[in-house]
Amino acid sequence: MIQSLNRRKSDLAKAEKQLEILSDGPFAEGELPTFQKKIAVSGQFPLRPKKLEILQINVGYMCNQVCKHCHVDAGPDRKEIMTRQTMSQCLEVLKSTSAHTLDLTGGAPEMNPDFRWFVEEASKIGVQDFIVRSNLTILRSNKKYHDLPEFFKKHRVHVVSSMPHWTKGKTDSQRGSGVFEQSIEALKNLNEVGYGKEGTGLKLDLVYNPSGAFLPGDQAALEADFKKALREDFGIEFNNLFALANLPISRFLDYLIASDNYEEYMYTLVEAYNPATVANVMCTNTLSVSWDGYLYDCDFNQMLHLPVKSSIKHISEYQEGILQDRDIAISQHCYGCTAGAGSSCQGSVS
Amino acid sequence: MQKTYYDPADLKKFGKISEWNEELGKKFFEYYNSVFEEGELSAREKSLIALAVAHTIQCPYCIDAYTGDGLQRGITKGEMMEALHVACAIRGGATLVHGVQMMNKVNKLEM
Repeated sequence: MIQSLNRRKSDLAKAEKQLEILSDGPFAEGELPTFQKKIAVSGQFPLRPKKLEILQINVGYMCNQVCKHCHVDAGPDRKEIMTRQTMSQCLEVLKSTSAHTLDLTGGAPEMNPDFRWFVEEASKIGVQDFIVRSNLTILRSNKKYHDLPEFFKKHRVHVVSSMPHWTKGKTDSQRGSGVFEQSIEALKNLNEVGYGKEGTGLKLDLVYNPSGAFLPGDQAALEADFKKALREDFGIEFNNLFALANLPISRFLDYLIASDNYEEYMYTLVEAYNPATVANVMCTNTLSVSWDGYLYDCDFNQMLHLPVKSSIKHISEYQEGILQDRDIAISQHCYGCTAGAGSSCQGSVS
Repeated sequence: MQKTYYDPADLKKFGKISEWNEELGKKFFEYYNSVFEEGELSAREKSLIALAVAHTIQCPYCIDAYTGDGLQRGITKGEMMEALHVACAIRGGATLVHGVQMMNKVNKLEM
């Protein structure tokens, strides 16, 4: 298993170092336009939020996996975990927000000791779409997690899981040795309780990130290939596949630099820029809450320590009207969400 | 003076071919794009054929383009290499099958 940047004490563990790299090189030399300049051409700067639809809460950076592309730099060594007090503040916001979707992410959100309590309390409030982003292997990693498919079913949780490919080689190269087999077992467990099965209403979606320095292909075509292969090889069913580009931050940025792919990848992202995606990128309808309760435009900005440009900075002082009247913080990583068909936590956006 | 005949950056300039003959360039790219659309063969299958042909004609631009295209489509290394062996077998076979001509000639001339 590789180590997190944090554990390695890498310079790239620091958000300011990442932002420095993203503004340097071809962007500093004028070879490539900054994201601000690019969206200004189509009159979309400053980028502003639309109606709030999704509250995405990162309940901690601890994870049982150390994936090579992880934008969170998550891993077993990460100790940033949301407390029950911050969760309570999130629950208070949930009671009054106009957001129809609650999206729990991490790390592995299930590793937060108060995860089940939070899910139980949030489901009492009632949200239209309650997403938990599960890395799948956590469901098989320890006996104490084996009942999670039943727990998710009980609370009508919408499970969204990462799966970079339908073959072992590509999956394990991105997510670690043995991840493919464990993920397949976990998907079977979810299918057994009804997830991904027609007529159950239990949604199981997969997230595809390319396992290297290239962009995702057509989402519908990839979904068809995933469905065919997982059904034929393992009898596994799922609902939708979301194809997301990897953003050049954190461990994926480290990979790009180490493999001498950084500049070419940035050129690829800029060349694939699609102005039609800008109006629907996720930061326009999402608010991201960090493990310690601070507010960000998206999970990527959270990792880059780019807080919301608002007088309201923390979930404890939440006022939706004031928060939604803000400019969205951007940098060159944003090209990752506007390349090709665009990317969001809900898949393509164009 | 340019030190190599091929520059990877030139692939991105392919569209500029139309600048010196817009009509034929336009026709070519329309045809090209139609060829790669989903048809009785899937776009994925066409990508693998293109990759194999790219190696047969030894075009570095095409190899670059269709390796990247294959990765985007989720095509595996195994599938790519199998496609190449098909190209290789046909190319090798094409050499070897001419041996029949050689054999015919030798058999005709030798006592």
